[in-house]
Amino acid sequence: MTVLGTDRVKRGMAEMQKGGVIMDVVNAEQAKIAEQAGAVAVMALERVPSDIRAAGGVARMADPTIVEEVMQAVTIPVMAKARIGHIVEARVLEAMGVDYIDESEVLTPADEIFHLNKKDYTVPFVCGCRDLGEAARRIGEGTSMLRTKGEPGTGNIVEAVRHMREVNAQVRKLIHMSVDEIMTFAKELGAPYEVLLAIKENGRLPVVNFAAGGVATPADAALMMELGADGVFVGSGIFKSDHPEKFAKAIVEATTHFDNYELIANVSKGLGTAMKGLEISTIAPENRMQDRGW
Amino acid sequence: MVKVGVLGLQGAVREHINAIERCGAEGIIIKKVEQLAGIDGLILPGGESTTMRRLINHYHFLEPLKRFGGQGKPIFGTCAGLILLAKEIAGQDDAHLELMDIKVERNAFGRQRESFEANLAIKHVAPDFEAVFIRAPYILEIGSTVEVLATFNNAVVAAKQGALLCTSFHPELTNDDRLIAYFVEMVGDAKKALAT
Repeated sequence: MTVLGTDRVKRGMAEMQKGGVIMDVVNAEQAKIAEQAGAVAVMALERVPSDIRAAGGVARMADPTIVEEVMQAVTIPVMAKARIGHIVEARVLEAMGVDYIDESEVLTPADEIFHLNKKDYTVPFVCGCRDLGEAARRIGEGTSMLRTKGEPGTGNIVEAVRHMREVNAQVRKLIHMSVDEIMTFAKELGAPYEVLLAIKENGRLPVVNFAAGGVATPADAALMMELGADGVFVGSGIFKSDHPEKFAKAIVEATTHFDNYELIANVSKGLGTAMKGLEISTIAPENRMQDRGW
Repeated sequence: MVKVGVLGLQGAVREHINAIERCGAEGIIIKKVEQLAGIDGLILPGGESTTMRRLINHYHFLEPLKRFGGQGKPIFGTCAGLILLAKEIAGQDDAHLELMDIKVERNAFGRQRESFEANLAIKHVAPDFEAVFIRAPYILEIGSTVEVLATFNNAVVAAKQGALLCTSFHPELTNDDRLIAYFVEMVGDAKKALAT
């Protein structure tokens, strides 16, 4: 007898991505460059986050043609984004055979109150989080993988650093807490008690947590690994740089060998200009993607 | 104590290390070629085989890994690791380490949504093993000296050839250590045999 879509199968898929880089791509050609450079997966999009930010308006699931084109171009797993709470976009991506769905704040939310009940799906999900409360709520809904929200499309690492540190600090606090304190901690965080209890018992999050939202250089990717990320998503950073191929390879190497600083120095040489960054304080609060979802 | 390395370029490395240590051996993450000299056996973990191959090339691991296997030191490949071990890969001109006399089909059961768990009987190891298959490959053809250890719907999903062991599925994702314990025992036996 076989069982599809179990927790082990869905979470295990993300475990296989550990130590790797997942790259945003908008067509088959970029997907091939990413695969050649050693990406562990690609995220098929219509526009990268910095272009979504520049274009404004409502950002939706990518045209299925693009997703299909990318799926045919590479043998590594293909992820795609659905709007927060958009049941049908998620079902459509699942029906197309996408390997992982990102319920993403980069797109305009379809539902401002409810996230998807991700336990209902055979396909696994990745969701963004800024703290342990948000991480635990998403786990409660059935996400199989987490990532920091950061501030997508800015090329500014500061928010991803904040979110990674916050989640990890709260996990450490939880692990050292006495069990009778957990219910109150759950109330403060707005987190499901059972999820917190399991994290305390196992001494770690039950799913992997990648860094995302603002990674622009090899050193940024290595920094996030140093802070405890299991791997890295790079959105606009690669294909908005001067030499995407070289840049993609450099990010992969810096992620694998995040504590080998000579190597990071070497791979960072002559990469040309990284994407132009955005100072977070210049983004109006209503344009901050990290505040979408809760 | 027997020392078992896990190739640590990418993938589910920590799970294997934990399992190795639960089986009473020392687990070492291998990130540099020089480290191969200090271990008695090696696990090629699950992950993305395409990515691992790029990193293997980049850090000049290919020949040293082939030599490691050539010396008769045991290697266990799980999922992507099985693909790395194979002599032949369906639909591709080139294979990777080409150590094991098997022909494999990548993503043979389908994409992620077709990934599954199933109960398997594994020869020498367990009559009832919970196997987790994730975008898994299977073995299409085997050479005359390869022993089939498990099949699923007539496809070969676990095999052994001398000191080489491979599975399509991920023993490291379960708490069932019987398969890793079997490999650790192979490593112990090979260490004694190579010493004499």
